[in-house]
Amino acid sequence: MTTDTVANGAKGVSVGLPGAPQAPQKQTSDFRLTLIRLKFWLKSPSPYLNILGLAGFLLFWYLTTEVLKLPLFEKLPGPTATLDEWLSHDPMFGISFFTLEYYQHIGISIWRVFQAFALATMLGVPIGLFMGWKKTFKDYTFPLLEVLRPIPMLAWVPLSILMWPGREASIVFLTFLGSFFATVLNTLLGVESIDECYFRAAASLGASEKQIFSKVIVPGALPFIFTGLQISMGYAWFSLVAGEMLAGEFGLGYLIWNSYTLVQYPVIIIAMITLGVIGSLSSLIIRLVGDKLMQWKVREAAQ
Amino acid sequence: MNTAGFETADEKSRGAINIRNVTKVYDPDGACVLAVDNCSMDISAGEFCVVVGPSGCGKTTLLNAIAGFHGISGGEIYLDGELLCTSERMPKPGSDRIVVFQNGALFPWFTVLENVTFGPVMQGVMAKKDAEDKALHMMGQMGLQGISMNYPSEISSGMRRRVEIARALMNNPRVLLLDEPFRAMDALTKTVVHQFLLNVYDEYKTTIFFITHDLDEAIFLGSKVYIMTTRPATIKKILEVTIPRPRDFRILASPEYQRLRDECISAVHEEAVKAFKAGEREM
Repeated sequence: MTTDTVANGAKGVSVGLPGAPQAPQKQTSDFRLTLIRLKFWLKSPSPYLNILGLAGFLLFWYLTTEVLKLPLFEKLPGPTATLDEWLSHDPMFGISFFTLEYYQHIGISIWRVFQAFALATMLGVPIGLFMGWKKTFKDYTFPLLEVLRPIPMLAWVPLSILMWPGREASIVFLTFLGSFFATVLNTLLGVESIDECYFRAAASLGASEKQIFSKVIVPGALPFIFTGLQISMGYAWFSLVAGEMLAGEFGLGYLIWNSYTLVQYPVIIIAMITLGVIGSLSSLIIRLVGDKLMQWKVREAAQ
Repeated sequence: MNTAGFETADEKSRGAINIRNVTKVYDPDGACVLAVDNCSMDISAGEFCVVVGPSGCGKTTLLNAIAGFHGISGGEIYLDGELLCTSERMPKPGSDRIVVFQNGALFPWFTVLENVTFGPVMQGVMAKKDAEDKALHMMGQMGLQGISMNYPSEISSGMRRRVEIARALMNNPRVLLLDEPFRAMDALTKTVVHQFLLNVYDEYKTTIFFITHDLDEAIFLGSKVYIMTTRPATIKKILEVTIPRPRDFRILASPEYQRLRDECISAVHEEAVKAFKAGEREM
């Protein structure tokens, strides 16, 4: 019994006594909570290890390419060469922080991913929810999904070029396909992960079919949906680069391939790192939106 | 409403359940399993009925039939004299028969207050504001102040179960169906929720259909304890718990309690041994 109370105490919950008024649970403001967490994080070894890990990689890159010039690495641009180009006001190959072209490539890639991802989410989430809600609909669609989903994006390239007029539409279509299937599948899994007892409880409390959809299925599937959106965002960038390499005229994927053919190697690295950073940021944005929509999840994790 | 000789006039004494010769056959992968065999029970309005029996004996089958989650294979169940289910007719789940589940089913994505007001707001019988006022008032009476804006994950398991009972009572159900609601709790928390449920029952006098395999819990809470046989389930013995209400933990030491407990144990033990021999899980 003592261990039980200790265990409960450690989790920050208390067992109320009958009749005794419950002390209102203190709500810490989000901002203060963030500050407290930041303080703890800075006191932990994590941030320093993070930096150390990154620095270690940079050192490895520098040594292998620029100092030792090892056989496998000798053709690759090193970190100083890349950084020189990146920070140059007058870059040798036309791409740096100070050229408009750099931002044009970034802008067009982001715009393509945005269109494709928005479309995939707007179609994929409702379809996934509906598949989980109505068994008949799932019976119709699930085998199709399972056959189409494993087809690698690159296999869609010829069809996509045949189908759509112009490069732009076919690149967006490829990007859309990449993220669509992941969204549908995760949304469906999200609905199926909801414990049967919530459906029963809602029905028992007099909720209608439609209310069960909006009050149980949608919020219940939301954690999976957002995990799915993060995965699908990754797929979107993956497919985008593949599409741009094959059919693009602009965009970071095109820039990488074009720089390769033109022997402008530092630009490849610049575009690659840019893709990495933008990819992480887009994933972060999804997570933040998810946290905003799912306060209950955030607070559950805080327990 | 067809009352056909059953008393339903008094608001406080609704929820009489008559289970007549109910049979349930499960048919998973071809092997017919008789879960409930010709089981009859008469639960009067406002009764605190506790059903005890070995695990997997078919207690939950009866509860699910009343709640409208599963059909039955034979017999009838009446609620306040009206036919509720037969082998042909399965009732829809509804707010007159609310279930409190074994593992708890508060919606984790809603706050405590949103959970408690869920029933009346969904059914459209109350404006949101009115439902909130009623919920806050009710939770205040039940010792659940100060948690209305918390999410279920932020409160203790004992508190969650009490909130769930409050959520059910908001609908003024005819019968409250509790399916081993305190099973996963530690002994200390259990004493708290037991007292809570007793107080709630004394206050609301709602008919309660309570499933458990904890004999102490059964005698401590119930007005009548129905002991079921191992599968196929049928009623083996009915125990009248004559200990007066309001009750508290002190009755646990009374001779009357000891007598009932002995009687209960000897009846249940036989079934437990049978169940054990039949390869069921232990009690």
